[in-house]
Amino acid sequence: MTDTTIVAMTEVTKAYGELRALDAVSLTVAAGEWVAIVGPSGSGKTTLMNIVGCLDRPTDGTVLLGGVDVTRCAAAELTQVRREQVGLVFQRFHLIPHLNALENVMVAQYYHSLPDEAEAMAALTKVGLAGRAHHLPSQLSGGEQQRVCIARALINDPALVLADEPTGNLDAANAQAVMRLFRELHEQGTTLMVVTHDPKVAALSEREIVLDHGRIEREEFHVQS
Amino acid sequence: MSTTKGTFRAAMLARSLTRRRSRVVIAVLAVAIGAATMFSLSTIAIDIPKHLALDIRSVGANLLVSPSETDTMSQQVVADVTAALPDGSVVARAGFRFETVRINQQPFIAAGTDMADAQSVKGYWSVDGDWPEHPGEVLLGTEVAEWVGLRVGDPLTLSYDDETLRLRLTGIADTGGNEDALVVLSMDDLETLTGSGAVVHLAEFSVALDATTLEAVAAAITAQVPYATAAVVQRLARSEADVLAMLRSLLSIISVVVLALTMIGVSTTMAAVVSERRTEIGLRKALGAGDAEVVAEFMGEALVLGALGGLLGVGTGYLLAQYVSQQVFARPVAFTPWLAAATFAAALLTTWGAGLLPVRKAATIDPAIVLREE
Repeated sequence: MTDTTIVAMTEVTKAYGELRALDAVSLTVAAGEWVAIVGPSGSGKTTLMNIVGCLDRPTDGTVLLGGVDVTRCAAAELTQVRREQVGLVFQRFHLIPHLNALENVMVAQYYHSLPDEAEAMAALTKVGLAGRAHHLPSQLSGGEQQRVCIARALINDPALVLADEPTGNLDAANAQAVMRLFRELHEQGTTLMVVTHDPKVAALSEREIVLDHGRIEREEFHVQS
Repeated sequence: MSTTKGTFRAAMLARSLTRRRSRVVIAVLAVAIGAATMFSLSTIAIDIPKHLALDIRSVGANLLVSPSETDTMSQQVVADVTAALPDGSVVARAGFRFETVRINQQPFIAAGTDMADAQSVKGYWSVDGDWPEHPGEVLLGTEVAEWVGLRVGDPLTLSYDDETLRLRLTGIADTGGNEDALVVLSMDDLETLTGSGAVVHLAEFSVALDATTLEAVAAAITAQVPYATAAVVQRLARSEADVLAMLRSLLSIISVVVLALTMIGVSTTMAAVVSERRTEIGLRKALGAGDAEVVAEFMGEALVLGALGGLLGVGTGYLLAQYVSQQVFARPVAFTPWLAAATFAAALLTTWGAGLLPVRKAATIDPAIVLREE
């Protein structure tokens, strides 16, 4: 692992009894890299995402996130690492329905350090939603909600933005808008790990890791235009 | 500009309460209904028996004072015994002097008394006509009136030894007992007729005390007032105590049942509220909230709901108590501040207790499970 390695997984296994959701997976993600994790349903990509995102622990192997061995962390430490190192983007957005866009971004700050309205507004501006800051999620389109999610994921300057099927609940136009945003973030140096079953989304990444039955089947590299 | 965590936490709480109005209303109502029922029943249980005790006193005296050494006592006995009884406990009192008089040569027992006092202690007498209000007026029991064949408004003459006294019959009393054979006139008129001084043979008291206290007070009076013996009318005192005790027990049992039902109702509501927000809890944990933080945030909301429900419940409960008391007992109830505070505290405690288990359970959920898409 180099100083620029954000994620380093070594022989990571996640077993549920006899079933191995992940089977001795090893991979690294460098700073500023855009990696797509693809595979059919049941391939282990969500399990991998949960382990990298410190939402789950492997049964075996080690995971270094920003240099921290998260496999040795107690629950509270794991929460702290997740808070400081990872920004999460969900397929279903998971915005708190009774908080407006600005407040949803500030919630992430609240659990990290101190809520800062100006910083939260800057994050929303970055994703093109300054004018919708005081709207509730129910008043935003799917694409707008996902962009609020992205602003929330970015607000604490995480080492890694982890997106689980970010366009899964969006129409084509909104999906394109979100992917454009991801491209901009990537160009600005944000490290992205996107879990997707959509080949078009995967094709936008620098590196595509294909999972099948919990193992890495192949890796593909894409030339960025 | 940074906001303090406390300020943002308060803002999140305010948003949760104001932007989830329908859920908040349901939760607050669940608490308020329980608090209102409990407060109204408790208010009635505390206040009404006091009034009923006074009402029950109108069925007659429950404490009789008679001479211990001689046949008669001074009229001062009424004041002396009243002073020996706890302040505010005497509902009615009267002293009676009994002499044998004649109407048309027939002997009858005459009771000389203060008419206002007698009217209060004999409130159960049914009087056709009026109680005597002036000297020269008399009240006859129904038996006497029948025997001598007189009607209200008729004149009559009482004889005692060689003395006579002319009176006007103002009322005929149906007492439901031996007192139907009495001739009731003012103490002054009886003294004029008999030519002798101010004495009484019996003093009757209607006292608003429970049976056990009354027994003790009667013994104390007998000890303190040397010329008198006080005795409790046992049958009356015990029946009254039993009725009031039954009423208090019934209302207490109902209050406990209501409290239990409220706990169940609030628990169900809180469990539903928490269950609905499982995803939010999972998200907060995914964003970095610890279990204790999640519990504190949600329990803070529960306490606010409990407080709102408690306030609403106490206010509504008081109005309900007034309505029920007027409809059932035809009297108002007093507002009891300590009871209101206790009901409010019970509402808070109930909501807190009802919310704690579902919130603690929800706080331990795995965010990966709740937020998973597959």
